[in-house]
Amino acid sequence: MSKSQQKITVIEPKSGWQLIDWTELKEYRDMFYFLVWRDIKVRYAQSVLGVGWAVIQPVFSMIVFTIVFGNLAKIESDGVPYAIFSFTALVPWTFFSGSLTASTGSLNAMITKIYFPRLILPIASILSKSVDFGISMVVLFGLLIWFQVVPTIWILFLPCLIMILMLTSLGFGLWLSALTVQYRDVRYGLHFGVQLLMYAAPVVYPASLVPQQYRLIYSINPMVGVIEGFRSALLGTNPMPWDFIIIGTISAVVLMLTGALYFKRREKFFADVI
Amino acid sequence: MITKSIIVENISKRYRIGINENTHDSLRGAIASWIKYPLSNYRRLRSLSKFDENGIGNDIIWAVRDISFDVKEGDILGIIGRNGAGKSTLLKILSRITDPTTGSIKINGKISSLLEVGTGFHPELTGRENVYLNGTIIGMSKKEIDKKFDEIVEFSGVKKFIDTPVKRYSTGMSVRLAFAVAAHIEPEVMIIDEVLAVGDIEFQRKCIGKMDEIGKSGRTVIFVSHNMSAVLSLCKSAMLLEDGRCTAMGRTEEVVKKYLGENKKLRGEAEDNSSVPEGKKLKIRGARLLDEHGVVCSEFNLKEKISLEIIFEVIVPGRGYNVDFKVISLNYGNVFQSNYLDVDVDNKRYQYWEKGVYTYRIDLPVDIMRDGDHYIQIVSAVPMVEMLDVFDYELYFRCIDVDSPEVKLMQGRSGPIYQFLPWNKVEHSDSKYSQFENTHRSY
Repeated sequence: MSKSQQKITVIEPKSGWQLIDWTELKEYRDMFYFLVWRDIKVRYAQSVLGVGWAVIQPVFSMIVFTIVFGNLAKIESDGVPYAIFSFTALVPWTFFSGSLTASTGSLNAMITKIYFPRLILPIASILSKSVDFGISMVVLFGLLIWFQVVPTIWILFLPCLIMILMLTSLGFGLWLSALTVQYRDVRYGLHFGVQLLMYAAPVVYPASLVPQQYRLIYSINPMVGVIEGFRSALLGTNPMPWDFIIIGTISAVVLMLTGALYFKRREKFFADVI
Repeated sequence: MITKSIIVENISKRYRIGINENTHDSLRGAIASWIKYPLSNYRRLRSLSKFDENGIGNDIIWAVRDISFDVKEGDILGIIGRNGAGKSTLLKILSRITDPTTGSIKINGKISSLLEVGTGFHPELTGRENVYLNGTIIGMSKKEIDKKFDEIVEFSGVKKFIDTPVKRYSTGMSVRLAFAVAAHIEPEVMIIDEVLAVGDIEFQRKCIGKMDEIGKSGRTVIFVSHNMSAVLSLCKSAMLLEDGRCTAMGRTEEVVKKYLGENKKLRGEAEDNSSVPEGKKLKIRGARLLDEHGVVCSEFNLKEKISLEIIFEVIVPGRGYNVDFKVISLNYGNVFQSNYLDVDVDNKRYQYWEKGVYTYRIDLPVDIMRDGDHYIQIVSAVPMVEMLDVFDYELYFRCIDVDSPEVKLMQGRSGPIYQFLPWNKVEHSDSKYSQFENTHRSY
């Protein structure tokens, strides 16, 4: 054993606020990888449709929305078929709501048995959802071809939008997972909350329906910028909504930073109160 | 140069056990509290991690108080103490699962802790996948696992099923696989909980053998256990915890003696009427020692008949339950051990246990037992699978030397058992035994 490169662990009562310990996270990258992979594999184990479920959920939502909101309520869809209009929003939205559910339940009894950076659990649970996201993106491009919609040049901006989406999901995920350890209510309220939240984002209606004076408050929800950005890039209905995106990005970053801080601060109590 | 692997300074840990829930005997009271419920609940949940609030201090307990010690590199330290003495909390602090309230710990080198085997095991994944998942969780890198994979599978003995989902394994198989992974980590400092050393005798032996190996390889180990014979054979030094404090520290023999001595008050009967925690399948309810007239007794004349009665309750009907007891002499350590399957194992192994309370009586082998103080530990397990219950109380009894010619003959002998052996004459001849003469001369 070479003593020179031995690492020294110091265990002390931690005080105050500290941010993410990246070197430690890096040490645990293999665990991270296997956790993500376990989530993915387990989700589709012993099911007939397997990964098909990743497609079914947004596609069926799309069909129902198209019938109810598109045909019956006749909500306008910025001039493209309502089906593709809503599906473009449903792809990021399904990822977002799925990540929230997954990360809320991610801190399990394992944390009372062994040490590892607790951050791994919510992050891994969100990353495992990105496989579903990738698959539904493929379906989305299939639909674009089917409806003969030509994406704009802003399609190159899509990775940035996806980054904002991830950041938002992670921010929410960190808050919710840390809260739910102590307050089970979070888990019970989540399903309901996500449903309500959907109406606070332009999933079933275009953001252009929102009155001008509320636009600023509306754009605090980072999902507004992401969804409208997706529509603008892929459907070309509106110019890129920079106001939504910039304000949304700021609130996503704030959410993420405060989430990480709160998580770090609560971390030491997880094993005691879970 | 002797380096210290672990330096622990003044650590304490405080817990809030939660304020009692109110009970109401009137409908009005219940409704009133339902209205106030969310608010009081919020306070209660919040208080679990707050300590400085307005003086409700009666639910705070110090699980570990002011403990300092250090462990030299390559040492094996045993931590012993009764249930609730703070062993698990100390272990959790050392494993970094929970933070100490005060104090600090320095650990030199890579540290791994095993508080259970098979953390993260998922029934839907195959054996191979679980080895990788569990291995990385307990701190191995993928590369390390790649290198040791064959060895791990070999050790576990489930090679044939390594690509089968673990849910199709028997419980015993998955425990073996999980242990195999745990046995192959190579940290410089290792923290092991006694739960690893339960199960049936073969599995225990395997675990203890492995731990012995780990100790000899120069790694530092902290080992928590109830099992005095394991602590005595594995650890060079030991620490006794009582009520969250360290009350003895030093050579294992002395600390163990102190621990056993502390509880030495003779006791021929013990009962456990506590409520059953959820999920418990079997609970040992009581035990007593009876003399030849069937009277509870804790002092026996040497060679007098002693019977042990064990009473246990089967809560969840099932198969494979086994009850085991150990007789340990304060002077000589483990004397013998016996379990339900001792006689007629083929029928008993698959016996179906109905719900209910069972009482069994076992006559102790008094012929071999010697004088002195003894104690009896009783546990229950499904062999190779799971621990069912550890009886919290030990029986203490004394065998008294009496003035009979038979006993007189035995006095002054060494060894943990007394046994008269028949000496059978083979030959007697007049002449000197020549060979003996020769060897004698050659010296």
